[in-house]
Amino acid sequence: MKLDSKIPDGPLAEKWTNYKASQDLVNPANKRKIDIIVVGTGLAGAGAAASLGELGFNVKIFCIQDSPRRAHSIAAQGGINATKNYPNDGDSIYRLFYDTVKGGDYRAREANVYRLAEVSSNIIDQCVAQGVPFARDYGGLLDNRSFGGAQVSRTFYARGQTGQQLLLGAYGALSKEIHKGSVELFTRREMLDLVVIDGKARGIITRNLINGKLEKYFGHAVVIATGGYGNAFFLSTMAMTSNGSAAWQVYKKGAFFGNPNFTQIHPTCIPVHGDYQSKLTLMSESLRNDGRIWVPKNKEDAEKIQKGELKPGGIKEEDRDYYLERRYPAFGNLVPRDVASRAAKERCDAGYGVGSTGLAVYLDFADAIKRLGKNVIEARYGNLFQMYEKIVDENPYETPMMIYPAIHYTMGGIWVDYELQTTIPGLFAAGEANFSDHGANRLGASALMQGLSDGYFVLPYTLQNYLADQIQVARIPTDHPEFEKTEKEITERQEKLMAVKGSQSVDGIHKKLGRIMWEYVGMGRNQEGLEKAIGMIRELRAEFWKDVRIPGRIDELNIELDKAMRVADFLELGELMAKDALDRKESCGGHFREEYQTPEGEALRDDENFTFVSAWEYQGDDKEPILHKEPLIYENIEVKQRDYK
Amino acid sequence: MDLTLKIWRQENAQARGKFETYKVTGISEDASFLEMLDILNESMVDKVQLPIAFDHDCREGICGMCSLYINGRPHGPDQGITVCQMHMRNFKDGSTIVIEPWRAKPFPVIKDLMIDRSAFDLIIQAGGYVSVHTGGVPDANSIPIKKEHAELAMDAAACIGCGACVATCKNASAMLFVSAKVSQMALLPQGKIEAARRVQKMVAEMDDLGFGNCTNTYACEAECPKDIKISNIARMNWQFLIAKVGAQKMNA
Repeated sequence: MKLDSKIPDGPLAEKWTNYKASQDLVNPANKRKIDIIVVGTGLAGAGAAASLGELGFNVKIFCIQDSPRRAHSIAAQGGINATKNYPNDGDSIYRLFYDTVKGGDYRAREANVYRLAEVSSNIIDQCVAQGVPFARDYGGLLDNRSFGGAQVSRTFYARGQTGQQLLLGAYGALSKEIHKGSVELFTRREMLDLVVIDGKARGIITRNLINGKLEKYFGHAVVIATGGYGNAFFLSTMAMTSNGSAAWQVYKKGAFFGNPNFTQIHPTCIPVHGDYQSKLTLMSESLRNDGRIWVPKNKEDAEKIQKGELKPGGIKEEDRDYYLERRYPAFGNLVPRDVASRAAKERCDAGYGVGSTGLAVYLDFADAIKRLGKNVIEARYGNLFQMYEKIVDENPYETPMMIYPAIHYTMGGIWVDYELQTTIPGLFAAGEANFSDHGANRLGASALMQGLSDGYFVLPYTLQNYLADQIQVARIPTDHPEFEKTEKEITERQEKLMAVKGSQSVDGIHKKLGRIMWEYVGMGRNQEGLEKAIGMIRELRAEFWKDVRIPGRIDELNIELDKAMRVADFLELGELMAKDALDRKESCGGHFREEYQTPEGEALRDDENFTFVSAWEYQGDDKEPILHKEPLIYENIEVKQRDYK
Repeated sequence: MDLTLKIWRQENAQARGKFETYKVTGISEDASFLEMLDILNESMVDKVQLPIAFDHDCREGICGMCSLYINGRPHGPDQGITVCQMHMRNFKDGSTIVIEPWRAKPFPVIKDLMIDRSAFDLIIQAGGYVSVHTGGVPDANSIPIKKEHAELAMDAAACIGCGACVATCKNASAMLFVSAKVSQMALLPQGKIEAARRVQKMVAEMDDLGFGNCTNTYACEAECPKDIKISNIARMNWQFLIAKVGAQKMNA
């Protein structure tokens, strides 16, 4: 199979306009005859379902939680980028496009990123019209801030709850369509497989998480908007039910997986405190606007702090190492996430880390409080400081915060073309679930932008282009042999899991996987470690299928079985992530191969050999997947080494 | 820490439930309350028993999925946080903790500590939005909004839809939840256009679903993890009155 990214002809700035002008549409009478399945109710899923319902399609939308309002988009704190240029500081579509491609370390597709920047302004208009209460100035107009190293202020925000407010806006739009009857909502359902008939995506099978029953649903097209797979690491900032299973199941049905190793590690999370820990909490990146990051200059001081013999206040100014300001004087504490994360790991690995584990660095607000006053800091970060104090039991106004990097986002995902269609006709992927816009590293405040762009402004067009020649296809009854066959396969898989009756809990094995992933497929990767990880994951997978213990029955609410199905998939996906990391013999963005670095320890790309998207094609459980390469062609941007010094 | 837990167990919506007693030992003060329950559940899986079902997801206090009475209080003893944000240092070593699902007629128990809050979705579906469709909207800055109004709207919009207000109210009233959405929209010019219609539809849906009325005990405000103010209820009542008077005028 040949990869075709279907990038429209013409100059970059005209591609999307040209596409829309020449694409096929479905007339209103025919829209009623078409069913669309959307899996996931985050920004991408809810946005798409609402917009498609408005157009007159019949939409079925599914979420794993008890309400669509709880999708994990809700947890995004910082903001959403858009090229409004309201502050008059020189922003433009091209500049956001440029920053996103550069931030992604030149591993994203030009045309997709340009379209993202192009529709970003519409997103803000849409959200404001929905009643999203963005921050405003005293003149009543929208306020912006600079975020995550951008040199312009293009980030719109709603206190520290931007994701929540955007999601509630999309949830409102979705609720409106549910009320109207154009969208049907299914909650507490988990997609377990895709149904493919005659080579096209035609439906899904879900598990009803309340009664354990399998349910079959037909759709002329299926949209996967199930988010990222960061929980392969067990500990991450993702929600507990965030999983990679929908993406993994469609991969096994023939959709290619793009850049699986590209994982973002967020530099400002609350450090791990114990083995029982279930998730990591992010402290918004906006804190780096005013906080200064440091560790002790002397190892003896760091050791004393780790033992609890010394407090950070006891270390004199000249004995502190503000390592980001030292290494990157131009950007200082505002370097991109991957750079900040690696720098923290480097200091901690060298023995300068703080906290009882030595796996933490300080984020200090003392100077900012002195300069701006406690009131200003409280107004900016009050809720974050309060959250920190609740978790850590320390007051960040008086003692520096401790932070450490954590898994936060997966840039990789289901491979899609310009239309967000996967390699299975009729199957689309949107938001974090696809691989398309962030290259090897995502910029702050760009995830929300991409989710809403895909949902509100891309899929309603591109899906129609596909559906235009599906109007003759009658609804396929769910007793079709392919539905029955797929359902039987799931039942067998569940029965096989229940029959293991081993001695280890699902979480116990998931934690083991997480440790392998964090150690060898985390911030620093090398050939030896990755090869070792692949072997270890294979062994762990065998152990899982021999020794997992799941109490209860299949046909009832069974949390352990739900988790086991997800972990079974993570145990396969983890291996592909390691394999992809091993194959990519360069460092780029979030992917840092220790063998490929400059003498100063900075990431070293290999543009000559690796300017491509890795798209993996499944061949069978015990067979090696095939790697397809989608070349990345930069016609509108000069490829440079990232330099934040 | 060593603790005794009295936890509500209920097979399904129809079954009768009862309290079961469990012991947990060696719990760290730094563990979150839900991590303490994870540890208990792990020990039950070890004994091939069905673990306790409880709702949770983001574990950072924003998704609104977690929902427990802890010693009789929604989201437990601390103010301004959800269960998932509460840490064990809020409890004394050796103490007994009673854990129950939220009890309100419109929130039936699904199993153990899990409840069905789809009634909240139905109220929002009845009108908790601005009826605009995707595309064709004006430029964001063409609608200036007074900062004070935007801030008040944001205060109300911070609601996470957890249902603690209903759980703590002796009348199982959803007024704080409904008024938060009504207020957010009524404070903004975009939402004002259909304010009358919205408040009437949402209140009617709330009543139909069996939520009780407000008798001004302020318990909802005290237990709300996001500090949603009761003044929103006053604003909703005002909106409701205006809508009613407006309708009478139209009919006259």
